Amino acid sequence: QVITGGHYDVDCRLEDPDGIVLYKEMKKQYDSFTFTASRNGTYKFCFSNEFSTFTHKTVYFDFQVGEDPPLFPSENRMESACVSIHEALKSVIDYQTHFRLREAQGRSRAEDLNTRVAYWSIGEAVILLVVSIGQVFLLKSFFSDKRTTTTRVAS
Amino acid sequence: GAGGTPGKGDGGAGLGVTGMEIGPSPFSGNYRTQLWDKQSESFLPSTPGLGMHVEVKDPDGKVVLSRQYGSEGRFTFTSHTPGEHQICLHSNSTRMALFAGGKLRVHLDIQVGEHTNNYPEIAAKDKLTELQLRARQLLDQVEQIQKEQNYQRYREERFRMTSESTNQRVLWWSIAQTIILILTGIWQMRHLKSFFEAKKLV
Repeated sequence: QVITGGHYDVDCRLEDPDGIVLYKEMKKQYDSFTFTASRNGTYKFCFSNEFSTFTHKTVYFDFQVGEDPPLFPSENRMESACVSIHEALKSVIDYQTHFRLREAQGRSRAEDLNTRVAYWSIGEAVILLVVSIGQVFLLKSFFSDKRTTTTRVAS
Repeated sequence: GAGGTPGKGDGGAGLGVTGMEIGPSPFSGNYRTQLWDKQSESFLPSTPGLGMHVEVKDPDGKVVLSRQYGSEGRFTFTSHTPGEHQICLHSNSTRMALFAGGKLRVHLDIQVGEHTNNYPEIAAKDKLTELQLRARQLLDQVEQIQKEQNYQRYREERFRMTSESTNQRVLWWSIAQTIILILTGIWQMRHLKSFFEAKKLV
């Protein structure tokens, strides 16, 4: 998931050891991808921000591989109850991560907006003053020229 | 979590990690480096003699960890502030051919919070029974959940303060802008009126 930067999107690519592209998406804001690895080797993933002119991006990603190895070989009811609780708590932590990322992204957008509004307000105030003062002097200049023209015509 | 990242050129690799919880959070990173061998066109299995300098900065820019490790190692630190931490692995070796065409593959494994715990080790060290170990693991997880909830509470408080201050500023700005507008209008009228009176047009 993209947390900060520009339009909050990024390109992503995932390749297996043979170079076959398993996943490829352009300009996505968030996604999740599950697959079963068919063979051993180095899998490559790449996040690309080439399309962006000057914004840096912060991207959150995580990998979950396989299942948790059991802590103990024994298979009694207490152990399986503990495993269920463990998995449920993992799911709670996952949701918390999701909300933490959403909050970080929202905050980044808000700060971005704040900067833009600040610049715009200052610019607008400056333009307001310049135009108000400029109007008056422009108007005055109209009347100065017209008067001389009128005088010449009269004589 | 796990991930491998190839690095190029001078062997420096930077990584940003968002610190999660309020309250000290343990963090551990494992890394292993492999140097590209031009002759065999593959990565050597290990690079003895290559030194890596690890530097970690907390969200305030303060250096939390700055140490030299070998070509593979494990570094740990505890984060106390929520926010973006910067981890930089930098190779300062001049012996290794890390110039044009040189590549360095860095295997990096990062564990945060309760994932830093190695439960079989803890069981052996504290001599815990199966049930005690499971209980310890579940307690660790619940503690992490609580820390995260504290963090969200802190974030909500900051957000509320920011919202209220923004509201104030918007209010003052609007009043100020209206006043400037009115004053400018009055100035315009008076200036033009005196100008026209001087020109005997009014």
